[in-house]
Amino acid sequence: MIAEYVGRALPSSRPYVVGREKVREFALAVGEGASVCHDLDAARAAGHPDLVAPPTFPVVFTMPLMEALLRDPAFGWDYSRMVHGEQSFTAHRPLHAGDELVTVLHVDELRTRAGSHFLTLRCEVTDTAGVPVLSSTSLMVTAEGADAPAEAGVPA
Amino acid sequence: MSAALSDAAVGDTLPALSLRVTRAGLVRYAAASGDLNPIHWSDRVAAAVGLPGVIAHGMLTMALAGRLVTSWTGDPSSVVGYGTRFTRPVVVPDDDEGVALELTGTVKAVADPPADDPAADRTATVLITATVDGKTVLGRATAQVRLPA
Repeated sequence: MIAEYVGRALPSSRPYVVGREKVREFALAVGEGASVCHDLDAARAAGHPDLVAPPTFPVVFTMPLMEALLRDPAFGWDYSRMVHGEQSFTAHRPLHAGDELVTVLHVDELRTRAGSHFLTLRCEVTDTAGVPVLSSTSLMVTAEGADAPAEAGVPA
Repeated sequence: MSAALSDAAVGDTLPALSLRVTRAGLVRYAAASGDLNPIHWSDRVAAAVGLPGVIAHGMLTMALAGRLVTSWTGDPSSVVGYGTRFTRPVVVPDDDEGVALELTGTVKAVADPPADDPAADRTATVLITATVDGKTVLGRATAQVRLPA
């Protein structure tokens, strides 16, 4: 159960290749009109190797990894009653189309307060050579009354 | 409008932005992000889990709020850090107008390059306020951006 995962990292993800058209599609969906997200010549003229992904683009490849964990019955989380409480990104460099990225998902912390469960997940994203590209943290909250995961610090 | 970015100072306000969030926008974001949770497009499912209606993806609201900052710098690659709490769901009605997301921002800090890397850019920390119908929907939405020399 969850308590046994806290402080651990999952195996590295398969490499995710940032697609040029995916960057354009995502930028369009969030209304980001900057030319470096859409126009290859503009991106290169600004010193980028390819299109620039918008700041929250990493959710595209990190959220499925988190969802797979949170839906895994062995993990013991009530996915149906979950809300996304907090999200943050730290970029070590801009993210570009063509980047090939490996994500390691860490289960950092589980707290239980007033019957609600607060789970902190962290994604460390590198290129395939292991050079850091970005980090993200997500706080997932399951409301009071949901099926309780193993209490933090209490062995299941 | 604030002065040139290179002169950004604590207390500066960013040009405000008003964006519409519509059902069509939610569907487009669902497809682009891969987040197909039906609470973001089905009234039936939203009601079944106790929501007042279909709500926007928190990550869409975060992305839209981030445009306040990328519009200010003109460069999405200037954003080196961005975080928020999701404090209130954004209910999106099934009509053509949707709801208005009002965005304002203030420069809370400006940092010089670290002593060991004087060639690095200065960075600004911007606190973003995002409201719908006068109520804030994000908490402590904060972005760190590189400033041009």
